[in-house]
Amino acid sequence: MADITISHLVKTYPGGTERATDDVSLDIKDGDFTVLLGPSGCGKTTLLRMLAGLELPDGGSVAVGGRDVTYLPPNKRNMSMVFQSYAVFPHRKVRYNIGFGLAMAKKPKEEIDRKVEWAADLLQLGPYLDRLPAQLSGGQRQRVAVARAIVMDADVLLMDEPLSNLDALLRLNFRSELKKIVKDLGTTTVYVTHDQSEALSLGDRVAVMRKGRIAQLGDPLDVYDAPADRFVGGFIGSPPMNFINAAVSGDGDVLLVGDQRLRAPSLLRSFSSADVVLGVRAENVAVDTQRSSGDVPGTVLVVEPMGSSILLTVEVEGQTIKVQAPPTFRTTPDSRIWLTFSPNSMRFYDSETAMALVAR
Amino acid sequence: MTTTRIVDTPPARPAVDEAPLKRQRRNRALLQAACILISLFMLVPIYLISLAALSTRESLNEFPLSLLPTNLSFETLRAFLGSTGIIGAFGNSLIVGLGTLLISALIGVPAGYALARFAFPAKEPYQLFLLFTRALPIVVLSVPLARLFLTVDLYDTTYAVILLHTALALPTTILISASVFLSVPIDVEEAARVFGCTPAGAFLKVVLPMALPGLAAASIFTFVMSWNEVLGASILTLDHRTLPAQVLTSLSDSPLAYRFAGGFALVIPSIIFIAFMRRYLTNMWGSTIR
Repeated sequence: MADITISHLVKTYPGGTERATDDVSLDIKDGDFTVLLGPSGCGKTTLLRMLAGLELPDGGSVAVGGRDVTYLPPNKRNMSMVFQSYAVFPHRKVRYNIGFGLAMAKKPKEEIDRKVEWAADLLQLGPYLDRLPAQLSGGQRQRVAVARAIVMDADVLLMDEPLSNLDALLRLNFRSELKKIVKDLGTTTVYVTHDQSEALSLGDRVAVMRKGRIAQLGDPLDVYDAPADRFVGGFIGSPPMNFINAAVSGDGDVLLVGDQRLRAPSLLRSFSSADVVLGVRAENVAVDTQRSSGDVPGTVLVVEPMGSSILLTVEVEGQTIKVQAPPTFRTTPDSRIWLTFSPNSMRFYDSETAMALVAR
Repeated sequence: MTTTRIVDTPPARPAVDEAPLKRQRRNRALLQAACILISLFMLVPIYLISLAALSTRESLNEFPLSLLPTNLSFETLRAFLGSTGIIGAFGNSLIVGLGTLLISALIGVPAGYALARFAFPAKEPYQLFLLFTRALPIVVLSVPLARLFLTVDLYDTTYAVILLHTALALPTTILISASVFLSVPIDVEEAARVFGCTPAGAFLKVVLPMALPGLAAASIFTFVMSWNEVLGASILTLDHRTLPAQVLTSLSDSPLAYRFAGGFALVIPSIIFIAFMRRYLTNMWGSTIR
């Protein structure tokens, strides 16, 4: 177990012109579960591979537990890893696969046996220890990969989209199981995913990456509630955050969305007469078929029942937004409904830089 | 309480067009027939040679020739094996075949690994260039080699033939093993590295065992090539001939039975070798590599 200090890490792949990671710095506390989240090509996997020593950075440094490991070969780093493709050794039995790292570290046989039994027990692999990976299902193979990683007593546990090859139901079950295992283990964990629900549910901290940089780093709920820029808000959440072009009135008291006037939060006082982007999550918009004060009219375009809620696509002042209505709400396309934006859940972004506005 | 029952006539079922099914069955039958034909094309000559080699000289001259092994005898074969130089040539062939296998594997497998795993300048031209060795006729290669071997005192040794055969086998060994290593996922190798292997350790413990079936195929190719190669072996040796070269020189002035026995002796060892390597060829772990 150890803390990780990544500073100014730069990597450009040979033949590429863009930086895969662009001056990334990240501190991870001992025992923390950090999720690197981002769309494909954002550099999250590159960052993980540089932690593992499978790629060497062009500049910057990585230290684990106070020891510089920047250019150390993978086998000298005392890390363990779960791969997206499982990467179990197909020519050896499950038992050998799980004990592989310990055997390479020349641990005594009794210790290997004991730990393999423990991990197999934890991951319900007991009956399969003497089978070949080909005789296991995809989910079981991934369990073998996880078992192989957790027996290691490694400083850092790295996971590269470990759930993405599993089917939806299995993924959901294994996700909570994984969270418990890692929590009990207490190992510093870095987890790469492009799935925002995985990131929110697993991480102690989430680092949202874009184009080789960390766009936002924070508590999962903070990242969800208060995205630092439009990219993060649009990437996290299903449906993604709504963005509505708006303007602040001259005195800073009123937010103008087309012809509609909303009461502006005090934050906007210092942005009088500016064009802003209003960001609001689908579940933070209340809907009603009756008009009450402060409501904004909208026209329903699409109605999508989701079971636990109804997802509406609504046109408001020429802009399309997604709204989450309770399952009991009845409406039809083309009908007129009234929307209420709760003031506390409104976020504001600069219309040019797309960064979150802060009071000045 | 009344039960409502929906009464309606079942819709008329359209007639099932079974033509596609029949077509599929017919195609399968044709495919089977083609397989049998091709197998016969390969197997009948081998059978006839074996039959002739295991018959007496007299029975070969009978007419019509019996196509069933009615009177087997090892007399012809014994006579063939007893004739001068055959046992020695047999040994030479084995030495050359295994020697070629060993050296071409030692050079070709690492080269194939490099081709599969690393990007380096002029990789494509290099792969093409490898095949140029095979573009040269063996005679063109052998005559200058014979001169060279004469000066370095390698002429008329099995080493000379091993070197020639290695040169001939290397392109295919390299290209086959490169494609074999390509089929070993790089993740697995990286996993081995993360879990404590040195690069060499990861190769020996994980990559090589996974590549073994494919490498076995390459080795079959090499061995059989070396076993069957006549021309170069005849040019480069006088007293240390390999079996095909030995049989070839004495072929024209030997009786019919001798020729069949020679053919039989040439075919059997490579069949045994293939049969032995075959179990590495078929997937070893109950499924494909991934």
